[in-house]
Amino acid sequence: MNRGRAREALWGYAFIAPTGLGIAVFYLWPVLQTAYFSLTEWGAFGGHTWTGLDNYRRLADDPEVGRALVNTLTYTALGLLSIPLAIGFAVLLNRKGMRFVGLYRTLFFLPVVTMPVAIAMVWRWLYNGDYGLINYLLSLVGIDGPNWVADPATALYALVVVGVWASVGYNLIIFLAGLQAIPKEYYEAAAIDGAGGWRQFFHVTLPLLSPTAFFVSVVSVIGSLQLFDLVYVMAGSGAGARANPAFPRLQTVVQLFYERAFVTNDRGYAAAIVMMLLLLIVVLTAAQFRFQKKWVHYA
Amino acid sequence: MRMSKRLSAVLLSAVLAVSACSGGTGAQPAADPNAKVTLSYGVWDANQKPVMESLAAEFTKTHPNISVEVQLTPWADYWTKLKAAATGGAAPDVFWMNGPNFQLYASNKVIGPMPGQPDLSVYPKPLTDLYTFEGKPYGLPKDMDTVGVWYNKTLFDAKQVPYPKDDWTWADFQDAAAKLTDAGKGIYGTAAPLGSFQEYQYDTIAQAGGYVISPDGKKSGYGDPKTIAGLTFWTDLIKNKQSPDLKTMTDTTPIQLFEAGKIAMYWGGSWNVSEFTANSYTKGKIDVAPLPRGEKQATIIHGVANVVSAKTDHPDQAWEFVRFLGSKEAAQLLGQKGPIPAYNGTQTAWVKAHPELKLQTFLDSVSYAVPFPVSKNTAAWNEAELTYLTKAWNGEVPTDQAATDLAKAMDALLAKE
Repeated sequence: MNRGRAREALWGYAFIAPTGLGIAVFYLWPVLQTAYFSLTEWGAFGGHTWTGLDNYRRLADDPEVGRALVNTLTYTALGLLSIPLAIGFAVLLNRKGMRFVGLYRTLFFLPVVTMPVAIAMVWRWLYNGDYGLINYLLSLVGIDGPNWVADPATALYALVVVGVWASVGYNLIIFLAGLQAIPKEYYEAAAIDGAGGWRQFFHVTLPLLSPTAFFVSVVSVIGSLQLFDLVYVMAGSGAGARANPAFPRLQTVVQLFYERAFVTNDRGYAAAIVMMLLLLIVVLTAAQFRFQKKWVHYA
Repeated sequence: MRMSKRLSAVLLSAVLAVSACSGGTGAQPAADPNAKVTLSYGVWDANQKPVMESLAAEFTKTHPNISVEVQLTPWADYWTKLKAAATGGAAPDVFWMNGPNFQLYASNKVIGPMPGQPDLSVYPKPLTDLYTFEGKPYGLPKDMDTVGVWYNKTLFDAKQVPYPKDDWTWADFQDAAAKLTDAGKGIYGTAAPLGSFQEYQYDTIAQAGGYVISPDGKKSGYGDPKTIAGLTFWTDLIKNKQSPDLKTMTDTTPIQLFEAGKIAMYWGGSWNVSEFTANSYTKGKIDVAPLPRGEKQATIIHGVANVVSAKTDHPDQAWEFVRFLGSKEAAQLLGQKGPIPAYNGTQTAWVKAHPELKLQTFLDSVSYAVPFPVSKNTAAWNEAELTYLTKAWNGEVPTDQAATDLAKAMDALLAKE
């Protein structure tokens, strides 16, 4: 490498140093520490003893880990429903001659910029079995609605609805950008060949949106796997989520991690739980990247 | 939805703090008695924040060089935040401590023993005992609380049920609960929630002659038939529909139902006074009675203590502030606006603050009060209590089976302490 190239490289590194340093200090280092702590028994206020793989053996025997995984994966799978919804709304908003587009975009995007805790508080009230708006509306047509977040049969699905509702806006904005990047010529060519609106949608729009859909799906799976705040705010009463009869259907991996790390002072085990989650995220994301060849079309 | 920013921040700061505190503590700067010092004072009760601030102002009057900043963290996050802060050596200089957490903090040296020879005889003995670890006091009791039955006189009058007498029994209570329940109007005689055991399960367990934890802190009492009788007291009320079911109480807490006139008798603490006298519905409609007698008469006594962080930069000033908070003068000020002060003989102001309520009830019950059950890692078996008893409260598992399962799990947790 000549001197000029070396100089250039040096400048390059200097420019990415602030971000690189941030990532190293705030992400990489904690990850490494957590990996180390997962092999220890950790006291409530620090101080730890090496226990090898004991925490991981415990994971395998802990029935709460199993149910937390099932709940988290169910939530993640159902959370993907926000993708077709967002595509549908994006296509509607992208139509020519649509009025008040700015207003609609703002309305859809509002949940994204609202604090999750505020969203959860409002939905908690909507879902209230005796005083909630949803059951009031149902009672008008003679239906006696359940205690949505306290009933094991409905609780997880109630959270999925909130999660989807809150993420549609974000996904919609990304799909809108994707739609606007599709060249008009394709639609003109399709129209000349006699393709109607639906054919255009399935044969032009959808394939060309697939890279965007892939991105959204990767991001939302990673986000859903870390579900915590909705459970924390919506499932708990004064005593926390554990006194909720629907808790076995609501416990998620991060919720379990939170309890072990911050409630019962079992931090080494908590570290093992998040390492398991990290592994799960890596595996699912890698699988998505492999599987994308089957359905993603890059123009 | 992603993990909340706040949680990530807590985790991050916890991790950073751990790495930071391995750096070793430098030499303490020489203490200058005239230096201006600001102490942080951690509290969890929004209702008490104003009175804590006026106490701090009172303290600064006599100690012009020390100002105190009251830091409020709501109860739901108080211990989580405090634990993360203490791990990083950044806990408030002075903070509120409760019974369930005390031994954890003392045994891990997060808080330090009180220097000198404080006079503890001015406080109720069950409270100073609660905050003694390995023979040394770790703080001064600030307040105390006992439990009573708050009742809605309007609902009693409507059903022509006589108000509770001081010597009423479990049978009287159950009888009243049945008469006051009005399914058509959505009114329940009482509420049997699962959450804070201090006002519910622990009291009836003691009244039934059972126990939660053996005196040496090694064995669970949940397998004891008398303890189970103290639990069935509540599950029967739900079964008989004299209390809302657990699902309803998860959606709407019993205190909200009581403040909406949907519950006639609410088991609550002396700490509810400020809320109930301010609430526009309960104001003027309610009064309080002692807990009904089971096999014996009992109430749980508990109190908050002021403790000092072992890592404070200003230990002398911090302990001076704790001594002030534990003084007769501070207790009298506290009693006018806040909870029952722990200092003996200063409670009359607290009772007289609301002559319309029989607040003497809470003081009279101190004579038969039983201590709050704790151990070194109370939180671990507190979680198990919820895990196992939720099934009984929701009617999925018979109460006695849930209790014996809980006893096994709790014994295993105690063995690890």
